[in-house]
Amino acid sequence: MRIRCPYCGERALEEFTYRGDATVTRPGSLEPQATGAWVDYVYLRDNPDGHHREHWHHSAGCHAWLVVTRDMRTHEILAVEFARKEP
Amino acid sequence: MASAQGKRLASGGLIDRTRTLPFTFDGETLSGHPGDTLASALLASGKTLVGRSFKYHRPRGILTAGCEEPNALVELRNGARREPNTRATTIELYDGLDAASQNRWPSLKLDLLAANQLFSPIFGAGFYYKTFMWPASFWEKVYEPAIRRAAGLGRAAEAPDPDHYEKANAFCDVLVTGAGASGLAAALAAARSGSRVILCEEDFRLGGRLLAERDEIDGRPAMDWVKAAEAELEALPDCRIMRRISVVGVYDGGTYAALERVNDHVPVPPAHEPRQRLWRIVAKRAVLCAGAIERPVVFGDNDRPGIMLAGAVRTYLNRFGVAPGNRAVIFADNDDAFRTAVDLVGAGVEVAALIDARKGSSASAQAAAEKANARYLAGAVIKRVRGGQAVKGVEIRDQSGKIERLDCDLIAMSGGWSPTVHLTTHLNGKPKWDEGLAALVPGSLPPGMSVAGAALGQFGLASCLASGQAAGAEAARACGFTPSIQALPAASDENTAASAVWQVAGGKGKAFVDFQNDVTVSDVKLAAREGFRIPEHLKRYTTLGMATDQGKTANANGAAVLAGVTGRYVGAVGTTTFRPPFTPVAIAAFAGHHRGQDFRPARLAPSHGWAEEQGAYFVETGPWLRALYYPWEGEEPQATVNREVATVRTNVGVCDVSTLGKIDVQGKDAGVFLDRVYANTFSSLPVGRARYGLMLREDGFVLDDGTTARLKDDHYFMTTTTANAVRVMQHLEFCQQCLWPELGVQMVSVTEQWAQFAVAGPRARDVLQGVVDPAHDLSNAAFPYLAAGDVTVCGGTPARLFRLSFSGELAYEVAVPARFGETMMRAILEAGAPYGIAPYGTEALGVLRIEKGHPAGGELNGQTTAHDLGLGKLVSTKKDFIGRFMAARPALTDPARPSLVGLRPVDREDRLRAGAHLIPRGEDATAKNDQGYVTSIAFSPSLGHWLGLGLLSRGPERHGEIVRAYDPLRGDDVLVEVCPPCFIDSAGERLRV
Repeated sequence: MRIRCPYCGERALEEFTYRGDATVTRPGSLEPQATGAWVDYVYLRDNPDGHHREHWHHSAGCHAWLVVTRDMRTHEILAVEFARKEP
Repeated sequence: MASAQGKRLASGGLIDRTRTLPFTFDGETLSGHPGDTLASALLASGKTLVGRSFKYHRPRGILTAGCEEPNALVELRNGARREPNTRATTIELYDGLDAASQNRWPSLKLDLLAANQLFSPIFGAGFYYKTFMWPASFWEKVYEPAIRRAAGLGRAAEAPDPDHYEKANAFCDVLVTGAGASGLAAALAAARSGSRVILCEEDFRLGGRLLAERDEIDGRPAMDWVKAAEAELEALPDCRIMRRISVVGVYDGGTYAALERVNDHVPVPPAHEPRQRLWRIVAKRAVLCAGAIERPVVFGDNDRPGIMLAGAVRTYLNRFGVAPGNRAVIFADNDDAFRTAVDLVGAGVEVAALIDARKGSSASAQAAAEKANARYLAGAVIKRVRGGQAVKGVEIRDQSGKIERLDCDLIAMSGGWSPTVHLTTHLNGKPKWDEGLAALVPGSLPPGMSVAGAALGQFGLASCLASGQAAGAEAARACGFTPSIQALPAASDENTAASAVWQVAGGKGKAFVDFQNDVTVSDVKLAAREGFRIPEHLKRYTTLGMATDQGKTANANGAAVLAGVTGRYVGAVGTTTFRPPFTPVAIAAFAGHHRGQDFRPARLAPSHGWAEEQGAYFVETGPWLRALYYPWEGEEPQATVNREVATVRTNVGVCDVSTLGKIDVQGKDAGVFLDRVYANTFSSLPVGRARYGLMLREDGFVLDDGTTARLKDDHYFMTTTTANAVRVMQHLEFCQQCLWPELGVQMVSVTEQWAQFAVAGPRARDVLQGVVDPAHDLSNAAFPYLAAGDVTVCGGTPARLFRLSFSGELAYEVAVPARFGETMMRAILEAGAPYGIAPYGTEALGVLRIEKGHPAGGELNGQTTAHDLGLGKLVSTKKDFIGRFMAARPALTDPARPSLVGLRPVDREDRLRAGAHLIPRGEDATAKNDQGYVTSIAFSPSLGHWLGLGLLSRGPERHGEIVRAYDPLRGDDVLVEVCPPCFIDSAGERLRV
């Protein structure tokens, strides 16, 4: 698999470290009623039959965190963008 | 003296007859010529019996002339370089080659284990599963070893491989796999457009089937065209021709794996050259021109030596100038195979008959028979083969049912050709059935790949050239190049008409479907009867297609026989999944240089060179090599560690701690950022001070710990544990880039930039005063415990000084730019000499911290919480931070959780063992009574006995209780007293003096 890092260009898979689901958002609340949101954020993951947005780290490159849109069935990579909008 | 090559034709073949290469096979000296394979040289010397089969030990000869060979497997070379299961048909002959047949005892001709075939009725599919069921304990001890002895392939070398293997990367626009007619045409079309082309050919010579046939292109021998194409491609600057390389796998993103046999054709690779090289080729487009594989016909005793695929017969005749027999019959269902008759007669081999399994007669085959002056028997089949170790003749049943006997020593057989679709299926592509060809052809293709020539089912030469050229041009166009339209070389499409006759019904003898794994028609029938009716099940039950050849000659026939047995249409039966590698790849090639000490790069601490001089004993900690201890001459390891610990407790010691992760954090929001990633608070840390920090994961468990110093208002310097340095850096970058991009903070790993040394012991200040420049006041008042700041050392070298203590003694850590690391180590030792300083390694470091009860690797194991480690009071409740919410879950602060305690043996002579289970005194050692375990142990020279740290349920409430430390693994069971984790100076006075 090859990932086109927006900063470094197309590189081999081994340069990157996978983290996981990029669609979840860290809850802002520390109140007890936020328990469900925290459990979802920390533990529950979708495994979609199709496109998915994932966090990858260009650990052997520029150290940018990327959001990679990947087809879970074919491994086709449809988009790669910086996780931080203004790097 | 090498024996004569009795079967070598007087002329012809792509061999160099001016040179003779002696080689040995089973100890007998034979000879061949440059250009031969081991198979062709064996045939030239009249050797038709070359191996014994896997299960039945049947005598076997050479079936094919390529990588699909299932029979002629040999052990190549000897000693440490012995390689089992190599295919004689692909081994390039060299001077002094030494090969031996496999799977026979005591000899190839007299194989006593051939008795297996007498019991063949009970050796059918699933036999092992059914027969060796009882008693269960016998399987590992008795049955399996016995079966493995009898059924097997070659022997692996028993010494480490002395050769080198390497890995390499290549990039191109167009990758062409296969340099036959279509591959050369594709490469020419692509390369002429200016695109970067890599052409990979498995053979040592380009040409593919053209090497083996007597075809013409542009009215001249086809090999003239091959040579011209080769020369043109060689001259193009952006075209790379690679020979002796097999493309073995297709991966995502246009990535291809290819194995180059750099030096398999010489006895020993030249100095500094690898034997094999594993390539990763990244190509924008790929054109697969892998050709086709001929199918055997399934009939009784179709595995006898002397029965060969018709295409292979032509290869040995035309390419190698070898007559594989004296009198041949041809048994086939397609016109392509019958043209073998003409080549045979041209080489002086008598052709007894052309046996055409098809119902009607073929004019083309008839014409071939006339040219060969041979009989043509349409609608006939081979009913029986005579001869055991060599074919002596056949019994033929003609259209009318009449039986006729013919003498022959060679049977050229063909059931048609199957396109080599393997690489099209590696990314889950599904081949599709082509009724006209009676074969699977490429279906859905990997992205960026196209297929041309015989691999696409375009078997005729003219079609190969045309489809190759079109695919090559299209691939170049897809990469942005503009191929010019070129005239096609002139060639004709030979008659390749076929009708699938898979199997001869009602014959005698074993009819083999899979030669390498000895799977017969009866096995397939049995499997079908027992319900294994789809190819994936059939494969696993009968092992059909599971040998090292992956069923290259077997799968198509297997599916056809299965279709017949189950009354289905063969195209509807489907196929198994082809997976990489296409041909076997040695593990050594995958490993490349990553062997032994070179398995991965070792990171060396800045004082490593100095430590080596001292005779330090090193240990791997993560990616680092660290000094474990520094033994004096003749000193036992335990004595060394005891001495190093005692030196720190009484005088002073120095330890290289550069391997700790070091992260420089800067920015106006650096303090806020650290508050969010640490469980405790850092924004309140005064400049010039350091603080212990505890980092959690978002699920509330401990991630890592370390100290962080504030050097300036907006500048922090963080340390992490050695093991987690990379993880923590990645985690911080995630927090910064993904969670809180609005914070003004930047960070960079400076682990490699700073050499850092811990100077610990009552005399530490005295030593430091000899190193740190006098301008800096090191008194306790001016530079107290947990002070941090910039200093200069050794007359102006910039450095940082931290008053940190892992040992519990008065201690400092001094950091200098890494290039001064070794000098600094020497300077500290020189300054410390009057105070009895000694270097200490990680073992002593560990003992010192266990004596002080500091958690480290054994306790920071990913399953412990701050509460478990007795650090609950550090966790802030005044701010949000990573792990805050989840760490507060009741179960994570439950006092019943195993929590940190100290442990000392009741009998001070007893030794403790890490990993021992903690069980209440007097209770049975059962899972129910398991209340925790010992995480770290050390012999404490300060206390004179073993001590340990452990995690024990309700541990802090149980100080003084005596429990069992039960270690069934090592047979230990000792009583230990639970106590506070800190064994030395629990008030912490020493480090503040």
